[in-house]
Amino acid sequence: MLRDITLGQYFPGNTIVHRLDPRTKLALTVCYMVALFAARTWSGYAFMLAVLISAVAASRINGKTLLKSLKPILFIIIFTVVLNVFFTAGDDVLAHFWIFKITKQGLVGAAQMMLRLTMLIAGTFLLTYTTSPLALTDGIESILKPLAKIHFPAHVLAMMMSIALRFIPTLIEETDKIMSAQKARGADFESGGLVKRAKALLPILVPLFVSAFRRADELAEAMESRCYRGGEGRTRMKTLVMRPRDWVALAAGAAVISAVYALFRRLP
Amino acid sequence: MPFITVENLEYAYPAHEDGGEAFTALRGVSLSVEEGEFVAVLGHNGSGKSTLARCLNATLTPTAGRVSVGGLDASDEANTFEIRRLVGMVFQNPDNQIVASVVEEDVAFAPENLGVPPPEIRRRVDAALRTVGMYEYREHAPHLLSGGQKQRVAIAGVLAMAPRCIVFDEPTAMLDPRGREDVIGIIRKLRDENGVTIVLITHHMDETLGCDRVYVMNGGKIEVSGTPSEVFTQVERLRSIGIDAPETVSLLYGLRLAGVDVPLSALTPDECAAAVADAYGKRVSPADSAD
Repeated sequence: MLRDITLGQYFPGNTIVHRLDPRTKLALTVCYMVALFAARTWSGYAFMLAVLISAVAASRINGKTLLKSLKPILFIIIFTVVLNVFFTAGDDVLAHFWIFKITKQGLVGAAQMMLRLTMLIAGTFLLTYTTSPLALTDGIESILKPLAKIHFPAHVLAMMMSIALRFIPTLIEETDKIMSAQKARGADFESGGLVKRAKALLPILVPLFVSAFRRADELAEAMESRCYRGGEGRTRMKTLVMRPRDWVALAAGAAVISAVYALFRRLP
Repeated sequence: MPFITVENLEYAYPAHEDGGEAFTALRGVSLSVEEGEFVAVLGHNGSGKSTLARCLNATLTPTAGRVSVGGLDASDEANTFEIRRLVGMVFQNPDNQIVASVVEEDVAFAPENLGVPPPEIRRRVDAALRTVGMYEYREHAPHLLSGGQKQRVAIAGVLAMAPRCIVFDEPTAMLDPRGREDVIGIIRKLRDENGVTIVLITHHMDETLGCDRVYVMNGGKIEVSGTPSEVFTQVERLRSIGIDAPETVSLLYGLRLAGVDVPLSALTPDECAAAVADAYGKRVSPADSAD
């Protein structure tokens, strides 16, 4: 049952979006977010939606898959919308009961917030859908590298992330084994209320932690045996290279931000 | 001068903070490994053989005595890095020694640590993966491979470091028979074709066939040492420290006890078969057995 969980949610492909350098994609995602929050007019949102749709189309990611990924955060979106509808101050009161007032400004604000959040999340999901976790880690390490000068542990952070990614499937497999072993001895994980089920998980966590610590110990020993001594003096087999297409993509990102600032900043 | 020299090595695990007592794992071990040799270290659990392995690549620093690798003193911390490069280690659990989530990235880990230039890393990774027969799997995720395949990736990961010696610490203990056969085959190939010095720590007698020297450990000391035929023919002594002689020698030993005149030193199944056939006077000539 645990085996079905997909992690990282990476859909391999060979489109231009997939082939971009992970650093470029991280930078573009930031550009996209800035532009999205800078846009203030309906035409601005339409423009950003067009940007998103063309990026999705270029990546050949199924639009339905992208929409499905919004499901887990539907609650947050609804919550923000409700909050915006009822608690936005304004003069154009449409309805009024008890302490609540629904204003025109509130409705407009709520609709815009909903669009913003949906597009924000869809955009960031596009990043993880088209970039392998490994490439993403490499990209983050490379971006954070200059911070090593102020003693920011960029390499350590990236190494931790990649080891975590490496051991997720191993630990899931182990959890499965422990659960089977305990089911075989009569443990019940499926019935009872939330509290009872949570309590039933405790006997799984203890052996899982013990084994994870043992694994960590052995891995550390194996890494040291293979001459690991931190990021200093380390080379990489595959170095990230910025190609012309990356610079073009970055220029496009900058163009989107400038367009939004120039055309769609007028407050409603 | 031998490649590895161990003199009166002692190692004691320090007392644990939460009340565990100090434990002396090695009590005066001396041995030597020549360049290009295939040495097997045998012993049951707790005999100190894994501790010995960890002293050979400076993972553990001796409490007393001396370990020297390629002329470098292992007790001197300045030599630690170079010794680890010269002596690679393959551990028992293949899952816990694979660092990256792609096979070729994992093999590249050691040369990356050594600061080897990228094109040279690529060349070493490809060569190491070809040697262990895992080149086709270079872009796979390690957790989807079988135990034997994972262990082969681990061996490639050590090979890419270009070590002169590889210490295998019970590399087949967690593998199925098929995986064990593959791994042992690769170990022999590394010695024969690549000239890598091998130290194999194991408790499987049959894996030591074809090695140059055997050390049998018990209670932190070397109990018996010598060539395989010198060691394995001491059936009673081996049994007294909880180790069974190879099946071939056990058979010959049984025959001798029953009064059949056979030599004990026929270690391989072929030699053993010939010895038994000889004793019964029905030896088939090689020409007849060829077809």
